[in-house]
Amino acid sequence: MARSTPEVNGGSLADIAFLLLIFFLVTTTMDTDTGITRLLPPEPDPEQEDVEVRVNKRNVLVVLLNRSDLLMVGGEVMDRLILKDKTIEFFTNPLNKEDLPVMDFTEVQFPPGASSLLPPDGMWRGKVSKGVISLQNDRSTTYGKYLQVQNELVAAVNTLRNDFCKLYFDKEYADLNIANPIEEEIQSGIRKIYKMNISESEPKNIGGRN
Amino acid sequence: MSKFTRKKGKGLPSINTSSLPDIVFMLLFFFMVATTMRETEVQVKVKVPEATEVKKLEKKSLVSYIYIGRPIAHVAKLYGTEPLIQLNDKLVSVEGIPYESIQDFVLFEREKLPEADKNKMVMSLRIDENIPMGKVDDVKRALRRAKALIINYSARKEYREQGRQR
Repeated sequence: MARSTPEVNGGSLADIAFLLLIFFLVTTTMDTDTGITRLLPPEPDPEQEDVEVRVNKRNVLVVLLNRSDLLMVGGEVMDRLILKDKTIEFFTNPLNKEDLPVMDFTEVQFPPGASSLLPPDGMWRGKVSKGVISLQNDRSTTYGKYLQVQNELVAAVNTLRNDFCKLYFDKEYADLNIANPIEEEIQSGIRKIYKMNISESEPKNIGGRN
Repeated sequence: MSKFTRKKGKGLPSINTSSLPDIVFMLLFFFMVATTMRETEVQVKVKVPEATEVKKLEKKSLVSYIYIGRPIAHVAKLYGTEPLIQLNDKLVSVEGIPYESIQDFVLFEREKLPEADKNKMVMSLRIDENIPMGKVDDVKRALRRAKALIINYSARKEYREQGRQR
């Protein structure tokens, strides 16, 4: 009869596992990147003639950050903290002012029956702003300040979207689940009403994406 | 009734530790699976700004990183202290607008993605908050030319109390 192999001592198994565990604990980085996602405008075709885009002056809000990080909005120096309210006013034009953007009558289809405030066919009829924000900066503007301004502009649009979503669908805009086709349709509908019309192209072409 | 009499004077019974290795192994496997080794060594100092409207980037495989910042100490000996651009793990050392480097980088990264995701590629810009915008504008222009249009300005979440602002 063959001699049975002597049993391996398993007493130090726990120690070895602990060692490995601690190694992985230390090296693990579970950082998820967060940030503001934006879409750059596509580069214009070089063969294409420079067509001057005629944009009605009242439809453009020029937000300018100069080399010493001073903020100028629509021709006047402004503090960053009131930029959000100014942007909301620009995009909604609540008092139908002459110098704020034109509001176009638009129909936007929402899923029927999703909201009691909409007619049964789910068609929203209302006014959508034609406004565009043109964000311009100097080469010496610091990036941190630029992003803060960018943040305020995005915050303004997000607030508008969220308010609309709460009013009609009793839900936070950020909580809409894109995997659900109805909520996806709601989201794209709201995006049509409050567009993220922020142009960050070079100062020369203030038309931006529309 | 001797069955129910307690043993006295023996102190606390020792805890059975025979399942300890199993528990530790379980934790170990969890961390081994969850670990993503940092494959890039960031050679520039980047302190991203804070913002309130940040969102998480969902699919990590779609994201490529562009770092812009001043070089860290031992890199600064080679390249000086002017802001540098780093594409995933490569430092860009050309003067002027690095159209070609970024174009190559975008093509290379796009090649790695499956066909269906090629136009969903996200460029995450991790830029130090004190960098002048000139450098950023150059990169943005190069990205436009390379048709990598989805960008993400990397930022930390800033929590702002209602009604109180800095």
